[in-house]
Amino acid sequence: MAELGLQENEFKNPVVHWIDARLPVFTAMHKEYRQFPTPKNFNYFWNFGALATVNLAIMIVTGIFLAMNYNPSTAGAFDSVERIMRDVNWGWMIRYLHVVGATLFFVTIYVHIFRGLYYGSYKKPREMIWMLGVVLLLLLMATAFMGYVLPWGQMSFWGATVITNLFGAIPVVGHGIVTWLWGGFAVANPTLNRFYSLHYLLPFIIVGFLVLHIMALHTVGSNNPLGIDVKGPQDTLPFHPYYTVKDSVGVCVYLIVFAILVFFIPHQPLLMDPNNSIQANPLQTPSDIVPEWYFLPFYAILRSVPNKLGGVVLLFGSIFVLFFLPWLDTSPVRSCRFRPIMRWLWVLFVIDVFVLGYVGANRPVGIFILLGRIATVWYYIHMLILLPLIGKLERPLPLPESISKSVLGGGALPSAAVARPMEKA
Amino acid sequence: MRTLALAAAALGLALSALPAAAQETPPLPRVFWSFEGPFGTIDQAAAQRGYQVYKQVCSACHSMTQFHFRDLAGIGYTPGQIAAIAASVRVPGPPNAQGQSSPVPGKPADAFPSPFPTEAAAEAVFNGAVPPDQSLMANAFEGGPTYIYAILNGFRNPPPGVTVPPGRYYNIYFSGNLIAMPPPLHDGAVTYADGTPATVPQMAHDVATFLYFVANPHADQRKRIGVHVVLFLVFVTGLTYALKRKVWSDVEH
Repeated sequence: MAELGLQENEFKNPVVHWIDARLPVFTAMHKEYRQFPTPKNFNYFWNFGALATVNLAIMIVTGIFLAMNYNPSTAGAFDSVERIMRDVNWGWMIRYLHVVGATLFFVTIYVHIFRGLYYGSYKKPREMIWMLGVVLLLLLMATAFMGYVLPWGQMSFWGATVITNLFGAIPVVGHGIVTWLWGGFAVANPTLNRFYSLHYLLPFIIVGFLVLHIMALHTVGSNNPLGIDVKGPQDTLPFHPYYTVKDSVGVCVYLIVFAILVFFIPHQPLLMDPNNSIQANPLQTPSDIVPEWYFLPFYAILRSVPNKLGGVVLLFGSIFVLFFLPWLDTSPVRSCRFRPIMRWLWVLFVIDVFVLGYVGANRPVGIFILLGRIATVWYYIHMLILLPLIGKLERPLPLPESISKSVLGGGALPSAAVARPMEKA
Repeated sequence: MRTLALAAAALGLALSALPAAAQETPPLPRVFWSFEGPFGTIDQAAAQRGYQVYKQVCSACHSMTQFHFRDLAGIGYTPGQIAAIAASVRVPGPPNAQGQSSPVPGKPADAFPSPFPTEAAAEAVFNGAVPPDQSLMANAFEGGPTYIYAILNGFRNPPPGVTVPPGRYYNIYFSGNLIAMPPPLHDGAVTYADGTPATVPQMAHDVATFLYFVANPHADQRKRIGVHVVLFLVFVTGLTYALKRKVWSDVEH
């Protein structure tokens, strides 16, 4: 049956069979999205990867339509956005979807990241998935930052001025880099043009890294709430229909939240800063320059250091340290369900990030200076000291023998088994 | 000329920045708006009265460049009324062969004309402070229309010890308390077509309603669609959850 050079396949439909013999996309989809063995014990926190993917699709589609009516010049940008809001058919809806989508993208990504932190999804053998995820986070931040500049409101302009000036803190070459980024001697038309170009480009680079992220995931398989390895077919379910339908439930709930924000409170200040309803004016600085909520924790870290270069280093360090997380955490146990100390430290870490966000939203005076410094120091203590140390000191709870045993109420292994390196079934 | 304008702007900026940190402003008053909440809609009668205030008072100094005569349909004006309103206003006409433009009667598709030909002209008249464009004013401040209402009602005699420089006015809700806008409203400043007594709070409330509409012309439509979208999504979520229960019914988990 197999002819020379053609892929064998089982598809009955002659067209599908013919195509797949020459380009095995149907086989690949079947393997990766139907059969793909997935642990049977996911909770709803495992929805958030799918939600972020849906969000990316919404952003790209709405963004393409916005770009059709947007004018990337300092003279025309603000008015063209208003034209979209007022005169383009359904323009207001497309723009609000894009605005709310930016916020929800970070919500889904942050939940996704904190889920990974709690269940140890970054540990061997999933280091590559995690590091590609950190790259995705950085790309998302860059895309969001540049997108925020495009409407050319007051906060667009002054946010861009503050953030690009961070690079001026680099010794010797800093000012040269800032001029190079601006394409001139201030945030102006060349800056807006290049940000527009890059804002259109980066999402497709995100798509590329997302494909790698998922390839790495499908190579080693998913983690699960127990954090133990899959021991055999009894522990897994085929991805479709079990997880396609479960992800669909999550997507529906997420779309309800999306719709409520878009249709009822799109001008909530966390979604759209009132200052961005005023056209950019280089001669008039707003009384408070505050970044979008999703950057506030990092903004707080930046401002908690009295030295500009030090602040910039700690700001970027707080993200780059994530690359080393798989090696900073020394515990052989993945899931915090079985880590009596780390689970509380995780809670503390989440609170710490919220405190940083709260500090970032307030002027750095009085108590907020001290609070910001404590929270910044705690961020680094958690990453650089507690993760390595607690992994060695902590006595984990006994791990269940397998996912299916745990699901069926089976007993746990004696605690001596905990120390064994986790083998693949 | 450009340098002059820049210098004037810088001077205005310096003037307005000087007393910036003088006094804290009180919290905004609690005002009821017809468009509050998921089912609230714009009170068209109030918005029409607000348009009258805008036309007779605000438009003397403030531009509203994003708003077109045809948009008045959103607060209940008929096409005939809109055509009449537009025709009663002179807008810049097309340039002739010499590049000169002369005013012509407006059409419904025209934007509202600005009171000053350029920003620099406004700066020259107002000592460097340009009256801000009103197209998005209701979205441009925390509190939105409530802030506009508060400012219009917030003019007071300065407390003892506070000197108000010429060209500035004391307003308790304005950051720094010294605003370049003279008190624009006084009782009876307009005579409402529908007979409503034109008190300052009444006019402030009406014009803030109008400006909310100007900044959010699709707000009513948006909420109306939103109700349907959310109801539909709740229904689909129910179906999807039932399907999920069915698919997973044969799995022990």
